[in-house]
Amino acid sequence: MKINILKIIIFSFVIFFLCVFWVGLKKTKNYDTKTLIGSRISNFQLTEINNVDQYISEEDLKKNKFTLINFFASWCAPCRAEHKYLLNLSSKGKKIKIIGINFKDKKNNAINFLKELGNPYNFVGMDLKGKFSILFGIYGIPESILIDNNLIIIKKFVGPIDQTHYNEILKLIQ
Amino acid sequence: MLSNIGISLVVLISILSLMIIYTASFDLKISRPVIKKSIYKLSLFQTTFTVLCFFTLIIGFINSDFSIINVYENSHTSKPFFYKIAGTWGNHEGSLLLWINILVIFSYLFLVFNHTHDKKFRLYTLICQNILILGFLFFLLLNSNPFNSIHPIPIEGLGLNPILQDPALAIHPPLLYVGFVGCSIYFSAAIASLLSSYSGKLFAQSIKIWVKISWCFQTLGIIVGSFWAYYELGWGGFWFWDPVENASLLPWFAITALMHSLIVLEKRNALYPWVIILCLLTFILSVTGTFLVRSGILNSVHTFASDPARGVYILLFLSFMILSALTIFFLKHKKETYNFNLKSKETFILANNWFMIFFLVTVLIGMLYPIFLDVLTNVKISVGPPFFNIVIIPLVVPLMFLMAIGPKFSWIKSQKKILYKILFPILGAVVINLFIYYFFGKYSLLSNLIFISALFLVLYTLLDIKKFINEKIKTGLPRIISHLGFGLLVFFIGINYQFSFEEDFNLKVGEIKKMNKYEINFEAIKIKESKNYKAVIGNFKLTNFKNDLVQYLNPEIRVYSNPETLTYEAAIKTKITSDLYLTMSNVSRSDYYNIKFQNKPFMIWIWISALMIALGGFVQLTLKKNEN
Repeated sequence: MKINILKIIIFSFVIFFLCVFWVGLKKTKNYDTKTLIGSRISNFQLTEINNVDQYISEEDLKKNKFTLINFFASWCAPCRAEHKYLLNLSSKGKKIKIIGINFKDKKNNAINFLKELGNPYNFVGMDLKGKFSILFGIYGIPESILIDNNLIIIKKFVGPIDQTHYNEILKLIQ
Repeated sequence: MLSNIGISLVVLISILSLMIIYTASFDLKISRPVIKKSIYKLSLFQTTFTVLCFFTLIIGFINSDFSIINVYENSHTSKPFFYKIAGTWGNHEGSLLLWINILVIFSYLFLVFNHTHDKKFRLYTLICQNILILGFLFFLLLNSNPFNSIHPIPIEGLGLNPILQDPALAIHPPLLYVGFVGCSIYFSAAIASLLSSYSGKLFAQSIKIWVKISWCFQTLGIIVGSFWAYYELGWGGFWFWDPVENASLLPWFAITALMHSLIVLEKRNALYPWVIILCLLTFILSVTGTFLVRSGILNSVHTFASDPARGVYILLFLSFMILSALTIFFLKHKKETYNFNLKSKETFILANNWFMIFFLVTVLIGMLYPIFLDVLTNVKISVGPPFFNIVIIPLVVPLMFLMAIGPKFSWIKSQKKILYKILFPILGAVVINLFIYYFFGKYSLLSNLIFISALFLVLYTLLDIKKFINEKIKTGLPRIISHLGFGLLVFFIGINYQFSFEEDFNLKVGEIKKMNKYEINFEAIKIKESKNYKAVIGNFKLTNFKNDLVQYLNPEIRVYSNPETLTYEAAIKTKITSDLYLTMSNVSRSDYYNIKFQNKPFMIWIWISALMIALGGFVQLTLKKNEN
């Protein structure tokens, strides 16, 4: 029986190795932004899209109880889809402020986009080259980040905000 | 158009593969001692179409046919002709097609050249090899098709990564592929041997030549890769214990062990199960290496070809290979008892195997430990050179002693008195080491031992050469060359490590830096336009105070346009005794350039001795059967 035990050990060893490879493979490393939740926003400074002299910084964010940072662009179709939820959110008034970050866009297109669909944002920042958004692990838009007044990221939404997300946000800011 | 031809050919090859498996399994039941003619024909068709398929892709690259996605992503019209061709295997999909080519070609050659061997054994090998071929063909079709087309057809391609546009790197993949994928044939043969009970000496003879071929190409491929890293990556080193380098080293250890134990199997008809294990292990490690590199689990300079989806497929196939190989081995192998005399050649060859396996396990642990740690505990670490140096280097000392005296012993039992023969080379090695130690600088006890053992191996093998010239029956030349090469390699690496001079500093145009016995004058920078890149060339005047020698070094920073990439080209001045190595890189937002200056003694000898190791193998390939 001795040799059989050896065989079983070797087999289990091989299977263990393969399983570790399998799990290692499943761990997506490069684009994992889940770890951002719970971390604090830093180096936040953006200029307003209509007025280059006006900008927003961390101090301004601290004044709001909750802030939803939404990354959008005029060329992005799903952004149109989520727009009505953003408008609804902005009508909720004082509890939450929405900041839009215009991602890899043309300035005029962005302004027209907001004219056409309405402007839910308290502030629209420019990130025409998309470099700033990298800090937030943005790799496709729309994406949104919900932060509190301590600048801690509470929730990250990848993809357009829909009814479920909308309800979730309302619940979180209660 | 080309895209359709390519895909049709791939499908055709797959069908031929199935037909071969079918006819071969049918032929197994027939008791005739010769293999059916039709199987030869099918195999020849398969080989022809596979080569044609590869040429189709090459033509796509030469003509910059951007209707093929693969060409569009990896080529550009402004690329030099040579690199257009090299681009074929400079990407994942194309290199997979090359991989399949080697599988198929080796399959055919093995069938044709082993006609003296058992029919059943050959048929099983063919079936097994074709299962491997099918596995990779499906992979190619499902996930990595190099012939996928694109609409609308782009006007211009994205270009090949400039770091790969290099002669050494153009030949590096094909060399390694012949080496690593060539292992597949004795993986198949080992399985066939278990299934058909065709074992012992005859089995050893049937796979001997294939083991040697793949060993030679692996060795050469690794050297070329290392050489490329030396002058292209601009780090001034030649071996970094990078995960991918390690992945290439694993099969090499296994195959080196195999090559030696195969001699025992052939001459003494012993160690059969062990040889089978090594045969299986070599190819399994090759595929494991491919998996680790291609899946993106490991990150390194080879990540141009990483994609998790690929990983899933390779992992599934790898699991299938390992588990079925293990099952067949456990079911079929017979226990073997052997009794070797301590003073016999086979004992020493076995010792070589232990060392190789020890190195293999060390490198494997160093490579996999970070992956395991990440998966099991979420901690990210990397295992670097210190680990490998500490574990591996001390054991090189006894290995070299055994390499020197092992071949002196005869089979079964040696009567020779070996002791007085080693006295002279040992003394010689100690004296030379003392001389170096005394005149050139102090170093640690371990380095002393390394130098002594390396010199001992060199001197002892030189005595062999003297004997070889005097003797009438010429034997063992390949071994002498390779072992001498290894001794020299370790010696020169040791010297290089001990006496390298390196300095890192920032310099502006017009500034002068003095250090040690050198003075570096950054005289000017020039801009040069080339076909597919723009280069910033530095003019450095290097004065050596010791011998008043003035030299000019011109490192470059190249800006490639397609795709936009920076590469740093080192300026290397090679002399017999040392290399001067200078790289410059721009420091962002300033006029300063970061300069790395190195003086590396005996660099060229490291390459020469490494090439000698490979040369030994090639010499062996050219020798006729009886001469060895």
